[in-house]
This record gives sequence, C-alpha cells and structure tokens, in this order.
Amino acid sequence: MKRLVGLWTLVALAGFTFLPWQAIEDGFFGFGWVAQFPDDRTASALLYALAFERPWLAGLLPPLALGAAALAFPREDRRFGLFLIVAGMTGLLYAFAQGFAIGILGLHWKWAIALFGEIETPQYGFGWGALAVLSAYLMMVSIGIAALGYFRGDAFIAGSVIVSSALILAFVFYPIMTMLVGAVTDEEGHLALGLFFARLFADDIWEVGCLVGAPRCGVMFNTVALGVLTGGISTLMGLAFALVVVRTRLPWRKGLRALTILPIITPPFVISLAIIVLFGRTGIVTWFLEAAFGIPPSRWIYGLPGVLISQLLSQIPVAFLVMIGVVEAISPSLEEASQTLGASRWQTFKTVTWPLLRPGLAAAFLLGFVESLSDFGNPLVLGGNFDVLSTKIFFAIVGAQHDPGRAAVLAILLLMLTLGAFWIQMRWLGKQSYVTVTGKGDSGLSAELPKTLKRVLYWTTIPWAAFTIVTYGIVIFGGFVKDIGRFDLEFTWRHYFDAFAVEMTDRGLFFSGSAWDSLQTTIEVSAISAPLTGAMGLLIAYLLARTRFAGQRAFEFMTMLSFAIPGTVVGVSYILAFNVPPLELTGTGLILVICFVFRNMPVGVRAGLAALAQIDKSLDEASFTLGARTATTVRRVVMPLLRPAIVATLVFSFVHAMTAVSAVIFLVSARHNMATAYIVGRVEAGEFALAIAYSTVLILVMALAILIIQLGVGSRQLGRRGQQGAAAMGGH
Amino acid sequence: MSKSTAKKKGPASVEFRNVVKRYGTVAAVDGVSFTIEPGTLVTLLGPSGCGKTTTLRLIAGLEIATEGKILIAGEDVTNLSAADRDVSMVFQSYALFPHMNVLDNVAYGPTVAGQPKQAAHDLARQKLALVGLKGYDLRLPSELSGGQQQRVAVARALTMEPQVLLFDEPLSNLDAKLRRRVREDIRDLQRDLNLTVAYVTHDQQEALAVSDRVIVMSNSKIAQMGAPRDLYEAPASLFVADFMGDSNLVDATVEGVADGLARVRVGDTTLELPARGATKGPCKVSIRPESLSVTAAAPAGPSLAGTIRKAAYLGTHMEYTLATEVAELFVVDRDVANPKPVGSTAHLALARTGVSIVPST
Ligand SMILES: Nc1ncnc2c1ncn2[C@@H]1O[C@H](COP(=O)(O)OP(=O)(O)OP(=O)(O)O)[C@@H](O)[C@H]1O
Ligand SMILES: [Mg+2]
Repeated sequence: MKRLVGLWTLVALAGFTFLPWQAIEDGFFGFGWVAQFPDDRTASALLYALAFERPWLAGLLPPLALGAAALAFPREDRRFGLFLIVAGMTGLLYAFAQGFAIGILGLHWKWAIALFGEIETPQYGFGWGALAVLSAYLMMVSIGIAALGYFRGDAFIAGSVIVSSALILAFVFYPIMTMLVGAVTDEEGHLALGLFFARLFADDIWEVGCLVGAPRCGVMFNTVALGVLTGGISTLMGLAFALVVVRTRLPWRKGLRALTILPIITPPFVISLAIIVLFGRTGIVTWFLEAAFGIPPSRWIYGLPGVLISQLLSQIPVAFLVMIGVVEAISPSLEEASQTLGASRWQTFKTVTWPLLRPGLAAAFLLGFVESLSDFGNPLVLGGNFDVLSTKIFFAIVGAQHDPGRAAVLAILLLMLTLGAFWIQMRWLGKQSYVTVTGKGDSGLSAELPKTLKRVLYWTTIPWAAFTIVTYGIVIFGGFVKDIGRFDLEFTWRHYFDAFAVEMTDRGLFFSGSAWDSLQTTIEVSAISAPLTGAMGLLIAYLLARTRFAGQRAFEFMTMLSFAIPGTVVGVSYILAFNVPPLELTGTGLILVICFVFRNMPVGVRAGLAALAQIDKSLDEASFTLGARTATTVRRVVMPLLRPAIVATLVFSFVHAMTAVSAVIFLVSARHNMATAYIVGRVEAGEFALAIAYSTVLILVMALAILIIQLGVGSRQLGRRGQQGAAAMGGH
Repeated sequence: MSKSTAKKKGPASVEFRNVVKRYGTVAAVDGVSFTIEPGTLVTLLGPSGCGKTTTLRLIAGLEIATEGKILIAGEDVTNLSAADRDVSMVFQSYALFPHMNVLDNVAYGPTVAGQPKQAAHDLARQKLALVGLKGYDLRLPSELSGGQQQRVAVARALTMEPQVLLFDEPLSNLDAKLRRRVREDIRDLQRDLNLTVAYVTHDQQEALAVSDRVIVMSNSKIAQMGAPRDLYEAPASLFVADFMGDSNLVDATVEGVADGLARVRVGDTTLELPARGATKGPCKVSIRPESLSVTAAAPAGPSLAGTIRKAAYLGTHMEYTLATEVAELFVVDRDVANPKPVGSTAHLALARTGVSIVPST
C-alpha cells in the first residue's frame, strides 16, 4: 500500500511537471504537442504556474504533499488513511473548482471575482497532465479508505469502486444534471422558470387535436402512440412466433431463430431504406400496385405507418427472443393437469397458459415501448411530418432554431417516459414471478394448440417472416443495381466503387472512396471502446457479485441507470456538458469512445453477473489464501473462467458502437465522422443505393469482427468430463 | 508480513480475543476467544449454522472481524487481508481451478508469489508426492476422482508452507470408507510436518478421532473447549453432552460437596463425582451408554435396577433400552455372547468414566 502511494505521488508529480495540463487541440491521442512544448497552449501545470500567468495551478501541490506526508505513519495507523483521504479530497475539490471557475473567458464566477479580482487568462479543458494529477488524487482517496479497513482493506477493490463511481458520475450523471440545469436557465445562465414552463407546455408538445379531426397531434402524443403500437404489436407477433416455434410442427420453424440475429447486426435505419425502396412514391410495390390495380402512387409511407413498420421489423425478433424463453419455460405438466381435470383446449389455454404468459408479455411490451421511444434513425428517415421526441430533440439542436434549452426540455420528457417504463418494470414485474422451471425433468408433452388459434398464427407469422426476408434481401440487392429507389435494376458496382475505391498512385495506395474516413473512424472507435466497455462492465460485475461494501445498492443502481437513458438524451446532455472546460470533449474522437463505453457497459455488467453466479466463490477465495491479491485473482482465475461472458460483451459493444445512431449523430464532427452518421447524410441527400451499399459493408465488418473476437478470446477448457467440471464450478 | 518473505517460522499459534462477526444485525460469531497452540490440530465442531465456517474464514482473512482481535504467531492480523496472512485453506468444495491442470493448480501459490516457473513446478511436484499423487500432473481437476481432488487441494494448500492450515469439512464429499483413511492421512501429515491446523466438521466422531483439542460451538458462541476425552466424558453443558454422542441425562440430587467431589444420589445409589461447580440440591447427570453394563445379578459397585424394554443385536455390541426408576436409559453393551431377553429385570452397573455432573448454565 505504501508503495502504491509513493507510485501515485510520482505519477502526479510527473504529470504536473512534464505533461501538458490542458487538452491539446489535435486530439487526445495526438502527439503534435511534443514539438511545441512548452508554449501557452501545451505547457505543464508547473510551467503554467511559473511562467504562463496561471499561478493558481500551484495550488495543486499542497494536497500532493499532504498525501506524501501520510507515508510518515505506519500503515496500521489511522492517520495514514485519514491523511490520504483528506489530501485526495481537497486536491479533487480544488482542481475542479479552479477548472469550473476559470474557463475560456477567464474567471467568471461573480463572487470569486469580488474575492480574487479579475483573471482574464483563459483555460481550456483538462489534458494529460490533469488526468495524471486527478487520477493520483482519486487513488489517494481509495488507498486511504482501504487503509481504514473498508472494502476488506483491499486497495484494488476500493480503487475500482471509487474510480468507476467517479467515471459514472462524470459521464452519466454530470451531463444529465447539466441538461436539467440547461432546461431551467436562459442563454446567460440565469434561472428562468417562466421560459421553462413556456417550453414545457408548448402546444406542439401536448396537442391531441388529431383525435378529433385536427390535422396533427403534439409530439408527446405521437411518441407515446408509436411506442404503444410498436410495443403492443411486436409483443403479440413475438408471442405468435414463439408459439409457432415451440408448439407447432411447422417445417423450418428452427430457421426463424436464425432470422433474429439480423436486426442486431443491422444499423437501425437500414430497414427504413428498404421500406422506402418498397413502398416509396417510386417504390417497387407502389409501381406494381399502379400497374396492376391503377392505385396512384402516394406518400402514405412517410409518417406513422412507415416508422411503425420499420420499428416492428427490428423489434419483433427481439420480442420473439423474450417470449420464446417464457413459452419454453411453461411446464407441460401444468397444462396436462388442466386437461386431466376435464378442461378443453381453449379453456386450458385461457386459464393456464395465458396467465403464465402474462409477465413475459409485459416485459416484451415495455422493452418494445422503450426501444421505440429511443429509436432515432427510423423516424428521421421515414417520419415526414410525423414528429417524435427523439427527432424533435435533434432538430432543436441542429436545426435552424438551435435552441438547446428546448432540446433539454424535450429530452427530459423523453427521459421521464423511459425511466417511467423501467420503474414500472422493476416495481411490478420484479415482484410477480411464476417459476415453472422446477429442475425436475418435466417429461410431459405440451398441449396441442386449438385449431383456430393455429390457423391465425400461421396466417400472421408466415407472411411476416417472408416480408422480413424480402426487406433484408432488398438491402443486399440494392447495393448492386443502378438505382433501386427509381426501380432501375441494371447491375453495377458503382456504389461500392464510389464509397470504397482504392487507387494506385505513385505515392502508394490512395483510399479515394468517400466512405473510407468514416469507416476508419467507426472501426477505430468501436475497436477501442469494445475492450474498455468489456473491462469496465466485467470489473463492475465482479465488484457487485464478489465483494460487499457500504453503498453497494446505490453503486449497482448507478451502473445500470445509463441503460434507461435514450441515446438522443445522451447526445444532447453530452454536447451541453462537454462543450466547455474543464471537461471539454466535443469534437474529439474520445467523446465517441466515452459515449459508447458508458452506454454499453450495463450489458457487460449483466453478462458478467450472470456468468459469475455460476462460478463458485471459493475459487476466488482459494486464490486469496494462496497469497494472490484481488488483481491477480481476477487476472488468473476469474477472467479465464469468464471467457464466454467476455466474448458476449465484446461482440455486443462492438456491434452497438458500429450501428448506433441516436447519440452519435450529436457527437460526430467533420474530423471524426461515424459510418452511421455518414449514411444518414447520404439518405438525406437521396443517395439510397450508396447508403445501402455502405450498410452491407458494415454488416460484413461486424461479422468479421465477431469472428476475430471469438478466435482471439477463445473458449475456456474445463476438461473432458464436462459434468464433473460443472459440478466443481457450481459448488454446492 | 508478506508471504513471499523467505524465512519460514514454522507453526504458529492462533489467538482470538473476543471476536465478533456481524452480518447486518445477525452475529455469526459472537464474542469468541480461544488459543490454538503451535503444532496442534484443533477442530471446530457444532451443528449447522453455529458459526464454524465463519470462524475459520476469520482466521483466513476471508472475513474481517467486526470487533475483537485476531493474532497469528503473536502478531495482530485483525485487519490484514487473506493474501497478507500466512494461512492456507482447503475448501469443502476443494475449489480447484477448473481451467488449470493439477500441476498448475498446486504451483499457483508460488507462481503468483513471483517464483520462476521451474521452481514453482518442482515445489508442486514435491507436495504432490507428499500426498501420494505422482503422475497426475497434466490432468484437469474434472478428470480426477473426489478423493484425488481432495488430495490435490491439500497439496496446493501445503505449497505455501503456511504457518496455519485450515480445513473446512474436507471429508464431506467422500464416502464413509475413504473418509476414515483421509482423516488419518491428514492427521499424519499434520504430525509429520508439525503444522498448526484448524479443522471444521460437524461430525463428532471425526472430531474426536483427529484432534488435539476440540472447540464445540453453539449459537455463534463457544460451548466448551478441551481435549476430546474431556469433552466426551465431562461435557460442560447439556448441549455438549447431547452433541458429543448419545447420552442419558438423568435427574439427580447433590447431597453434599467436599474437596471438589460431590456426593450425588441417582435413584437409590450414590456416586462420588467431580463437583464441577455444583451445589447442594437437584442437578443433571450425563451417563454415556457404554458406561452402563447389563448384569443379571446386582453388581458390587453402584448400580440401578430396571426392566429391559428393547434389545437389538448390532454385531459388535448389543443395544438395550431399560426402564429404571430414574428414567429410560439407553445402553450399549459389549457382551454379545449373553443377550438378555426383553421383559426381564436386570441391573445396570455404572462405570467410573463417562458419568458426570452437567453444570447447569
Ligand atoms: N455472508 C453472510 N451474510 C449473512 N449471514 C451469514 C453470512 N455467512 C454466514 N451467515 C450466517 O452466519 C451463521 C453462521 O454461518 P456459518 O457458515 O459459520 O455456519 P457453519 O457453522 O459453518 O454451518 P454449516 O455446518 O452448515 O456449514 C449462519 O446463521 C449464517 O446464516
Ligand atoms: Mg460451514
């Protein structure tokens, strides 16, 4: 422990003396600053304090000295821990206070000006030097707390909990808080409740006139209506598919499972493109209807119908996955019992099967509801005049109106809706559970479904499955024909060439295709954020599953919260919070990485928790008693056993980083453009075929990445007598 | 303090001073104090949920005491984590790392302590030979029998040459025959290597067979500690008397106490027993079933008369139940050659050992 304190003190001193204190303009990972160092933009804190008129930065040193002073006490002495905690806390407070107080325009807190006089030297965001010093302060607090005997006296656990909490505070809570503040203040930053209420109760939010014949409804009504429809229909269709797969003998029913992977690896708006290609004014189906029945082409698809259809295409497979688990878990013996008691098939279905399905239905509905609310790509492409909250938020920021305050108000409404749905799910679904998997081998046969029901199921699922296949077929096909949007079906490589041309020049290969930049950024950002997401998610899972500490429930809640925040809200809150020092990140690639890490981390946590529950805790403890510390134990014992969870998390976070739109679209910049944002741009410009070709390439990249992850991480080997291995792992 | 410090100090003592471990409001260990002398094997015995495992984990450092002090080799280790204590543990589930072969499992301790691979493997092979498991190096734990897994776990715990070795119900996954052999192996190993061992079990026979001293726990507290013989023959409470094997508890009267010896009236005989704090008046006396023998004629020493209600032949001994004036008594009689018929009257001779006053607590 003492060595750790010494080490971190040195890190802080090195950062303080040698590294640029502020963020460098050519990005966090650029090294252009080395040539300029030290000038007014790249100096270290020490040089700033001595030579560049920022004497207040010298105030970072006393806390470090105080921390180092702790080394004078033996480890067991309470003063060792107390010194470190006080040192770290004051350091953090001071660093952030000066960072927030003195920004691009110098000191801008009125009372501080009164106290210290005007300071006009500008300060930009924290950089490498600040990172080193701040980390050291955080570690001092962690080591101090561990030294006092909390967190089992383990500095690794204390450090992990405290650092991940700090990160979540900074990148989940702080932006949301900034957004809330932004909603109730005006442009100068004064409290403006009048403005807030004016924004909140604007007509275009709450109008419900369309119910009584007015041309349009408010965005709130649209959003909720779309969410309810998507949630409801996708749940029923998911159930229908699940029943067909589990309870009927339809040939090829197993193939339906394979279809479920499609929406997971498809950028969300790609389906909208296919819908336009099919049903747009010049679409294939529209053309056919006109030729065959003389129905004139119209724009009916733009609006609620189009958005609903494309959301259903991506949501029904997810609902199917939820429902199939529920349907399979219903023990046949329950239905057999009902039938032996003289109930008919319909009575059995109504009185036994249906009630057992209900909790699963509710879960699938809420999931669909939340997904629909968070969806941004489909309403953007297909919405037309049909506004929903997520697109409205986007246009409040990027549109002509540019009104961040209004965006914040809308984002709060959206957040309320999704948090409300999650709250209902936790409260209501958490309590009722119908456990029907008994662990005793149930051997009974499931009851035959009633005939009429079966017929209804076939007539809904088979056409929909065919429709899904056609839609995805269009996506692949459309990239290879001249203009699928205008039904010009001449074969061509042109779209791929436009996007991905590589030319041989005398200076070597030149990637002249228009898509290369964004593809490279996308792969880089995804490849950087996936391992970080995995590491952080699994580490947090380990902390939650294997350690006990005060405040654990709050910690768990904090880590899961970001799951309930729609991407659009994340995007808005990030640009509001990270546009100004001290955390100045907009326009960098780093903000994209951070955004993905904190959005996808909850999945890593869940996967890790599930996997850890199957690994006997005494394995970790055996490692401890053999002299390994927590970090070593995690590396040598836990990680190898967690391989399946690691693969799942890496794949999920990589794929989600590749396909995300809603948060990303706010955060991309000319230098760091992402594939999805680029494709949305192409769609808006009407270049459907190029967009489709690019999407196909993305899907291929993802498939390749999944393969690489599988091979790279590998699977765990537990021996030939699998059953015993499982018993040894499961414990008792 | 770290395990990697080269010099080994041999077996160490373990001392608990008023240790309390609470989970929320529940005390799993409540004000426990004891000392384990260096080089001895002490068992923690008690019914399920009485706090044995928690006590063991407190020694290992897998739990940190809520109150009190824990000393190992005289040093205060109360707030040290498991990795910082010179203690190894053999788990009930063995906790062999399923992704490592036998050799890597056993070499784990030295490896994470930073020893070169070759040295760690040599040490591991040596310990594997010690537990009689040569030639299994490359097997995975799932490819071993339960008994072999148990020995790998012991070998792995021994590689750290710990000052204290802990066992949590090491035999509970083994069949009855193997259990006896392995417990003798553990005892031999403990004697040969001169180890300090704390051993958890809920099987009183096992405890009596292997221990130098036994600590009986009940409801998170120590009920009694002492040599196996003391516990069996002079239980300190009704709980211990009952828990340490079959026992007849009869009402008796102390007629007088002199020089630490009490004159106790049981039915119509009088016995001289160590007083153990008893005073004049009614008391309870514990009589072990083997301390009674059934005779047809009245014996010379103290005896009770009764009628045989049940009799069973069990190969090595007879079991009788007799109705006497004090109580129904359960008797284990070595004399299988002359079984006494049910319904006959008989006399019960009381032996010198296995009869004791149970202090009222
Ligand atoms: N992590 C925990 N949280 C809460 N209570 C616990 C925890 N661990 C143990 N306990 C409680 O402490 C008491 C003692 O548990 P312990 O495991 O020491 O019992 P034991 O004597 O080893 O029992 P067994 O013979 O069944 O293994 C029990 O009542 C148990 O429920
Ligand atoms: Mg136990």
